[in-house]
This record gives sequence, structure tokens and C-alpha cells, in this order.
Amino acid sequence: MPTELDFEKPIRDLRTKITELHELMAKSGVDLNGEIAKLEHRMDDLSRDLYEGLTPWQRVQLARQPGRPTTLDYIHGICSEFMELHGDRNFRDDPAVVGGIGLVEGKPITIIGHQKGRDTKENIHRNFGMAHPDGYRKALRLMQQAEKFGRPVVTFIDTAGAYPGMSAEERGQSEAIARNLRVMAGLKVPTLCFVTGEGGSGGALGLGVTDRIFVLEYAWYSVIAPESAAAILWKDSAQGPRAAETMKISARDLKELGIADDVIAEPLGGAQKNPQQMIATVRKKVIETLDELTRLPIAELLAARYDKYRDMGTFVER
Amino acid sequence: MLKELFHKKRHYATLGQPATRPVPASDIPKGLVDKCKSCGAIVIAKELKKHLFTCPHCGYHFAVDAPSRVELTLDEGSFEEYDAGVTSVDPLSFPGYPDKVKKAQKDTGLLEAVVTGRGTLDTEPVIIGVMDPRFIMGSMGAAAGEKLTRAMERAAETATPMVLFTASGGARMQEGVLSLMQMAKTSVALERMHEAGVLFVTVITNPTTGGVSASFASLGDIILAEPGALFGFAGRRVIEQTIRQKLPDDFQTSEFVLEHGMVDQVVNRKALRDQLSLILRVHARKGWTSAD
Ligand SMILES: [Zn+2]
Repeated sequence: MPTELDFEKPIRDLRTKITELHELMAKSGVDLNGEIAKLEHRMDDLSRDLYEGLTPWQRVQLARQPGRPTTLDYIHGICSEFMELHGDRNFRDDPAVVGGIGLVEGKPITIIGHQKGRDTKENIHRNFGMAHPDGYRKALRLMQQAEKFGRPVVTFIDTAGAYPGMSAEERGQSEAIARNLRVMAGLKVPTLCFVTGEGGSGGALGLGVTDRIFVLEYAWYSVIAPESAAAILWKDSAQGPRAAETMKISARDLKELGIADDVIAEPLGGAQKNPQQMIATVRKKVIETLDELTRLPIAELLAARYDKYRDMGTFVER
Repeated sequence: MLKELFHKKRHYATLGQPATRPVPASDIPKGLVDKCKSCGAIVIAKELKKHLFTCPHCGYHFAVDAPSRVELTLDEGSFEEYDAGVTSVDPLSFPGYPDKVKKAQKDTGLLEAVVTGRGTLDTEPVIIGVMDPRFIMGSMGAAAGEKLTRAMERAAETATPMVLFTASGGARMQEGVLSLMQMAKTSVALERMHEAGVLFVTVITNPTTGGVSASFASLGDIILAEPGALFGFAGRRVIEQTIRQKLPDDFQTSEFVLEHGMVDQVVNRKALRDQLSLILRVHARKGWTSAD
């Protein structure tokens, strides 16, 4: 059972009450079905209202919930067969980024993504999905390999950010991310990315210059994590909720700002409530989008990709 | 990221030694006299300019505003500015942002944090971009991204080499994810330049961090850096908090990143023009070419 957040308490309370009524009915033999149905109806209404009206900060909390599908979960749900490929051929294999080759409906694909752990031990191994340059260079190698063999690239973005560590700097975190941005711009195969949880700044963008950008309903994508923004703006990282609002980092905002091509609906209450449903939705989107993108000649695809990024951002000219 | 742009703790090198650690870039010489941030010497403004805004005593490199940098770099009178009227809007209705921009404009006389244009350097044609560290810490919003992209597009179309002086705390937080996307936008334009075989040179000046460091600053065919400039992705304090240990004083300086293979040369400002001239001449000359 995934852990639940404070703001989900009213739903949890109702669910407990319903369970109690079931138990009572079993014990006493009194028919409580009418009562139970009423409560279940109320719970449905409450859930819909609650999740519909989430604040940006509550969405950030949902995006960070353990139990959400990770990149490897998506990969294995999307591909009928998959083989993970390791290492950047420069220094090491970064466990915070995974990637490899597989088949979707019999068609070849390369999938790459940030990988968070499912528990504390794995999270430490995965560095909480915060990549070193080696991770971005592994991704680069796999993307160029995909280009050589003409298969599309799908990336999954879920990182608080690129790892801010000493060795990461020594090995060129900046260079690794920058190179990915440029190479992805010119990659001669269809590319798409899903922001599945956290889209933390340059560390997210390092896998995210693609023909299509899809953002899951409760995911966020920002130039800076809300807590860090709050620390700079108001000298108080506890003001994350306020920053989440100000920075317009929710999926709907991203669509309005022209960054997200589509917002991918999550199961009620978030992907962690029904991972299988979430993975199926994403799989469908992958297939639909690749069907669409492969109808275009590569030159047109690249021209459209150029224009997509060329048009980002608003300014005035005096 | 805009986190931790400048170090709080200062390190004063002994007289005659270059600084081993970058010092804040916020103090561009303004008055008649200025105090060297490295050796503490009092320097007369005229003298400082004669030394290309480096300390005559210790060689410390003072920050240079964009107009002065253009003047130091290009042949006299050759500069034609591009897109001077492009300026920021406030896409997120971010509290206080319009005032911040207005103040920066008033303080600098510029409309944006980057100046672009074309000119010649030792008669070689060049497209130039200069980020101004005075303008909201040289941060990149959509206006700066647009100006740089247009300059890169002109470079690609006209096969003119481009030299870009970077000085930036990174993406401009007040424009949210749109500022992050300027990293992608400029990189997409650089891929066009790359495909067209057009030379792109970056000169890293103090400080170059965050989103600017992790995009065009690191994408030069040749990357030069001024001595003592801060060049890195994450801020010092963030790293120290993450790894729970003190970083060496020279961490992320030009000299440090040279040693780690991230830049081609650390070049003293007094030698910079000649080095850029050589790079441009090497790339302008037809030489040995294989038969068709
Ligand atoms: Zn000095």
C-alpha cells in the first residue's frame, strides 16, 4: 500500500469507516449495505473534489510519492522484450540513469530515463535518480546508437536535478548536459519524453530536448526546485508551497506556457494508486505518438523540432 | 540554477599572487579609484582601464561590462549591434520582476543581459555576444535567449564565426521553466551552426554557472577562460551541503577546470585578443585540402 499524504486524510478516514461498517455487518448480521453505499458515494465525490482542487504544492508532493512507477516499470510495461545496456564507455555505469533496447509491438525502440529507487537501499544505489555526467553520457551513447540504427528514442524524466557533487563537477556535469541538448536537437530519429514525476532543471532537460514533451498530470517541471526557489526568494526553504504556486510548475501550467504538448491523465489520486493503469496509458501514448511522428520525413521532423524550441519564451521588441 | 551565485567567504591572495578562488563579480569599476578584490590595492580607474581592467599589482581580473568588452575585443568602430530593442516580459507575473528588470536597465543602460552584434577582430569578420554580469547577474531569460539565438542563426546563415563571452548565474528564475527552455533553444541553434561547420568560441568569464554553464558556454568548438573565473554547474554551497565536506579553494576556477579537461586554455585578458585573432585566422584560412 503506498503511503498517503496529510491532505488525503479525509478519504482515508472515510475508507476506515466503510471497513468498520463491513466488519460490523459481518459480526452483527444487520444489513448496513445502504449506509455503506452512501459512504462510498461520498468517498467518490470527496476524492474527485480533492484531487481536482489540489494546490501546486500538493501536486509536488504527489509527484514525489514512493510507489509511482519508475522508468524501469514503464520500460517493462511498454516493451514486450527489453535489454538494459550499461555504461558510458568513458568512466563508469551511472545507476541513476537506465537505458536500453527493446521491442514495442514488434518494433525496435531505445528507452532511457532517470531511475529512482523503490526503497531506501535502492535509492542510495540510484543516488535518488540524480545523475552524474556519466549518466548523461550513457544516455548520449544510447541515443546516438539509436540514431545509427534508425529507431526512435523515448525518455523518462524523473529527477530532482543533476547531482550537485564534487566528482560530478570534476567530470564536467555542465559539458555532459550541454552536449546532450545539442545532440538531441539534431538526432535523426523521432524522439519523445515523458516527465513522470520531478522535472528538476538542467538535470531533467538533459534528457528532454525531444519532438514531443508529455507531462503526467501531477508531475512538475521547473528551472529550480520549489524549495530552492523559496530559499533564494524569501530566504526560507519552508516556503516551497508558495514558490510552487509562483513558479507555475504544474502540468497544466506547462501546457499553458507552451512547454508540454500534452498532459497525460493519471489515475484518480496519482499514478501510485494504480501503476498498471498509468503504465498502460503511457504505453498507448508512446505507440500513438511514434505512429504519428514516423509518418514525417526526417528533414521535416528536424525542422519542426527546431521551430518548437525556437519559439519558446516570450519577449518584446522595442 | 541561480543558487549561490557568488561566494560569501572571500579569499584574499597574497600580494603579487593571482587569486586562487573567484571573488564576486558584482563590483565593476565605477568610481575614480577602485580597490582590488584580490590584493586590496587601491587602483586609479584610468590605470585600471589601461590594464584592461586587471589589477596592475596582482593581475586580478575585474569584471567587465558588455560595452567595454566589445570595445576591448573588436576593431575600433567596427561594431554593429544586433537586436538592441529585444527585452524581457513578465510571463509568470512574478512578484517584483518588472521592477528588477527596470532597475537593471537603468543601472546598465542596456535593455537585456546580453549584447550581440557583428564586427571585425584584426579585420576578420566575427559575430560577438557578450553577457553583462551587472544585469540581474547576467541571468538568461527569454529575451537574452532570443538575442543569442538570432546571433547564432546569422552566424550559421552567413558562415561567420561567433565569439561569445559568458558571465551568468544561469537561467533567470523569474521566468520559470521558460528560462530553462532557453538552454534548449540556444542549443538547437548551436546544432545548426555545428551542422553548417561554423566556428563557435566561448570565453568563460567570472562567473559562468548553472544553466548557462550547462548549455552554450560548454558547447564552444574552442573554450577559453579568463584566470580565476568561476565555471561550474552547481553552486559551491549546494555542493558542500550535499557532500557534507569543504571544497578546495580553487574548486571550479578556470585553472581547476583546465586541469580537469573542461576548457582549452586559461588566457590572461591582456593576451585574449591575440589568441582570439589567431583562432579566427586559423579558421578563415584555406590550407591543405584534399583533392575532390
Ligand atoms: Zn590586485
